[in-house]
Amino acid sequence: MSSIESDMQNYKELLSQYLQTRDEAILYQAEQFSKQSIQQNISPDEIVNVHYEALEEVMPNMGERVRDSFQFLIETMIAYGLAYQEHQVLREKQIELRSEIGVAANMQETLLKTTVPSDEKVDIGVKSVPAKEMNGDYHHFIKDEDGNIGIAIADVIGKGVPAAFCMSMIKFAMESFSENEINPQRVLDSLNRVVGRNVEEGMFVTMFYGFYDTTDHQFYYSSAGHEPCYILRYDTGEFEEIDAKGLLLGVSGEVSYEERQVDVRSGDLIILLTDGVTECRVDGRFIEQEEVLDIINQFAHLDAQGIVEGVFKYFERLQDFQLRDDFTLLVIKRKD
Amino acid sequence: MNLHIDDHLEQDVGVLKLSGEIDAYTAPQLKEKLLSLVEEKQKVEVDLLKVSYMDSTGLGVFISALKLSKEKGHEFKLVNLQENVYRLFNITGLNEVINIENTVEGEIT
Repeated sequence: MSSIESDMQNYKELLSQYLQTRDEAILYQAEQFSKQSIQQNISPDEIVNVHYEALEEVMPNMGERVRDSFQFLIETMIAYGLAYQEHQVLREKQIELRSEIGVAANMQETLLKTTVPSDEKVDIGVKSVPAKEMNGDYHHFIKDEDGNIGIAIADVIGKGVPAAFCMSMIKFAMESFSENEINPQRVLDSLNRVVGRNVEEGMFVTMFYGFYDTTDHQFYYSSAGHEPCYILRYDTGEFEEIDAKGLLLGVSGEVSYEERQVDVRSGDLIILLTDGVTECRVDGRFIEQEEVLDIINQFAHLDAQGIVEGVFKYFERLQDFQLRDDFTLLVIKRKD
Repeated sequence: MNLHIDDHLEQDVGVLKLSGEIDAYTAPQLKEKLLSLVEEKQKVEVDLLKVSYMDSTGLGVFISALKLSKEKGHEFKLVNLQENVYRLFNITGLNEVINIENTVEGEIT
């Protein structure tokens, strides 16, 4: 006897027993039957059909209309079964994709990992949190042989997986610069060409590049359409904007970037950020830039990593906090 | 929040009047309408008077339109930008390469 025939026999017996006794234990067996059917990929219309055939034997004088109604139900269940099957397949695919994206996100993290340089003259802290699984923000440190530090912070316009790919490209381009090539203007000029050549239409990158000269505490910087950055003066407690004019990377090959410099005094704090920091939404409204700076000021007495962790935790604790965009906050504090 | 797009012709100029928010959810429909208009018309004008918010995805749409207009030799400009929307064009340096006329404050009803 094939399994469906034995199941059929089984179902018929269960049904007739139940109709005679109304014993609840039989309902439990019916439940087992339906679980087995799922395992054997038996569709809902087949089960209705089994029920119909069993009923014909148990109650031979079923009326014509009841018979017709079963045909009707079987047709309905065929369509239901197909739709359900498709739904299952999609669900499985979704789980598979999600786990692949998880793997990709891990790979990205490993790939884009950068070590925060430790230095006796400056203290550096950074916090980067993606809004979705993959981060479209990027930061990168490099230290030259004289102990000067190059710092990049970037934001890919466009989110998710494509943005992450774009970031990997930028990272490898940046690593191809030798240590004595890391002046901000030159870095941005050449990255602009790399992005323009290699990135598909509709994706663009903003970047702020800074070079901290640890000998005379000058901070040189250029910006490719990036959010303005700030320096918090230790002696006055005032923020000054540090911003240079410059077009987004990859829009036009004919631009050259402006380079500026600022004198960093003892205890001053340089703040680099991406627009995710200013695009957090709380209670349905955006956090204003001044508010962000206020919060940074509150934590400014801590060490660099303490500042960025403190600021993020502060926003995270606010009610209905929602990250609309990847969030990166990077600070550099002059120690002596 | 949604984006409402109204398009009409004003003496051969294709005009898109936008109202609402431009973000990752509304940008695709804007991109489709805007690019086909830039493709067809010699002159295209986008009125942003009633756009209260735009994120960087919106910038992507306007950069694509700019590139297409250059390829085609067509004119493309943005008018009536709210201060906070203009700020994005200013930060990204796009105000230097995109034709922008008239920025306003308030007037959103």
